[in-house]
Amino acid sequence: MTSTVDPKTGRTGQAVPSALVTVARAPGWVRYALLAVGLGVALWLPNNLYPAVAVDILCWALFAVAVDLLLGFTGLMSFGHAAFWGASAYVTGLVAIHLGLPFPAAVLAGALAAAVLAVPIGYLAVKRTGIYFAMVTLAFAQMVYYIANEWRSVTQGENGLQGIPREFFGLDLTDDYYFYYAILPIVLLGLAGAWRIVHSPFGRVLVGIRDNPARARALGYPVHRYKLTVFVLSGFLAGLGGGLFAVGHRFVSLEVLHWTTSGKAVIVVVLGGIGTLWGGVLGAGIVVRLEDWLSFSGFEAIGLVTGGIFVLVVLLFRRGIWGTTADLARRLAARRQRDRT
Amino acid sequence: MTGQAILSARGLTRDFRGFRAVDGVDLDVAPDSVHALVGPNGAGKTTLFNLLTGFLSPTDGRIELAGRDVTGLPPERVARLGVARSFQITSLFPQLSAREHVELALQSPSGLGWRFWRSAKLMRRYADRAGELLDMVGLADLAEAPAEALAYGRKRALELAIALALDPKVLLLDEPTAGMGLEDVDRTVDLIARTRQGRTVVMVEHNMSVVGRLADTVTVLQAGKVLVEGPYEQVRADERVITAYLGAADAAH
Repeated sequence: MTSTVDPKTGRTGQAVPSALVTVARAPGWVRYALLAVGLGVALWLPNNLYPAVAVDILCWALFAVAVDLLLGFTGLMSFGHAAFWGASAYVTGLVAIHLGLPFPAAVLAGALAAAVLAVPIGYLAVKRTGIYFAMVTLAFAQMVYYIANEWRSVTQGENGLQGIPREFFGLDLTDDYYFYYAILPIVLLGLAGAWRIVHSPFGRVLVGIRDNPARARALGYPVHRYKLTVFVLSGFLAGLGGGLFAVGHRFVSLEVLHWTTSGKAVIVVVLGGIGTLWGGVLGAGIVVRLEDWLSFSGFEAIGLVTGGIFVLVVLLFRRGIWGTTADLARRLAARRQRDRT
Repeated sequence: MTGQAILSARGLTRDFRGFRAVDGVDLDVAPDSVHALVGPNGAGKTTLFNLLTGFLSPTDGRIELAGRDVTGLPPERVARLGVARSFQITSLFPQLSAREHVELALQSPSGLGWRFWRSAKLMRRYADRAGELLDMVGLADLAEAPAEALAYGRKRALELAIALALDPKVLLLDEPTAGMGLEDVDRTVDLIARTRQGRTVVMVEHNMSVVGRLADTVTVLQAGKVLVEGPYEQVRADERVITAYLGAADAAH
């Protein structure tokens, strides 16, 4: 085709930077290798770590992926996701205690409750963008926190819900080591669900909405309804993590609804890499492990360390750990390809 | 009279904090015609476009599409009813490829976009049609390039391709040849001439030779009002139009 020169930029019509065109995604074998490594680590984890910490990592991985679905793939920063994580933790705990259902059923009930809660909050929040969206979600999360605090007859207030059973058809799951393997399939299912959402026709629309909402509307996509749908899906996934967290600790305290829990979820995602999905899983592993190690060694100011790392990542590696690594690998691959030709 | 027009406006008015950008505009766009909106900068052309496509709500007045009241409908509804638009400032999804843009536009009316549990590979059902459209606007070779890597003229062509992908009854083009080199202008004019079959085109355009080659009807706007309306030759010779343009040119110096 003929080369056309743009009068303003002087660029020609064929000038496409090769690094951009070569690979938007890693080649197939790399992705399968990464998947195998990920599954291997997931299966090995409680042998290498204190099993209770491994359980926490799984729960937070789901939470992070839920937040990244909004932050990375829709461009919405929720600063109130503790509402869904925490509401599900309470509902899961109450269902498990009072109805004595097997724990997966209780967790499912919790996650569904979180999704239902996400409908009105999302409905009002998605009408705003940017910092206003963050503020609206934070405000609603604070409301949920105060309701839980005041509604002592149900939530036990500051004492928290205690003695949540790990009922599973009579199987003894009191040992965290076995409990880890009991929840692993649920977590993997949740992560696979998030992956499917991102790589679905719906996910493609979300990226369009993130990058240019006006254009998406001009194409006939009802942007608010798409945002609400992904908000509810994200609430469900966060709830799945929160419910498992409640059963894992056999205890729910008000902390699950506190704004610092929302903040930690955002930190985990930014650390791992916004818009990378698996970066959130990695971030969850690092933050939970680090916090456990710090508290175990008697260090008091844990927030100072995680906060400091967060600031460093934001300043130096804006794409997070996963994003920066993927970027490097991509550049290396592109260079090698150029050398070969 | 309104019954004949595919797109019509009555007394359309839009205020911005005391400034009246569009002031009681009456407009009738005949079906299957090319209707150009011209006028000096600040005449209200783009505001009028935003009103017609639902991106702005009118302060007063009424808009009808094929006899149906569409006043105040949100942009996605207006788009679904068969009105596609391009933007004056190129408006694309930087990280998506040209082919993905067209697929996204083709998918829009189908409801496939809601299927969060299905694979994005399903969108390949639009691959053939997307290829045709990209070929039509001369982007076949650049189908896999991300939009942000395209040169300006190619981006404008992609805008046209995704507007056409919606197979609209009415196509609104906001300065389709702005900033283009001569060769691209010719190609775009040809393309519009080819794609106007069976649809209505409303375009804002500064390039008078483009207007002369394409437009059946020209509406001249000035200070938010309709100054003159009629066939190109008649409008071009109109005293008031010459004064408006020369006046604007004088003011610019």
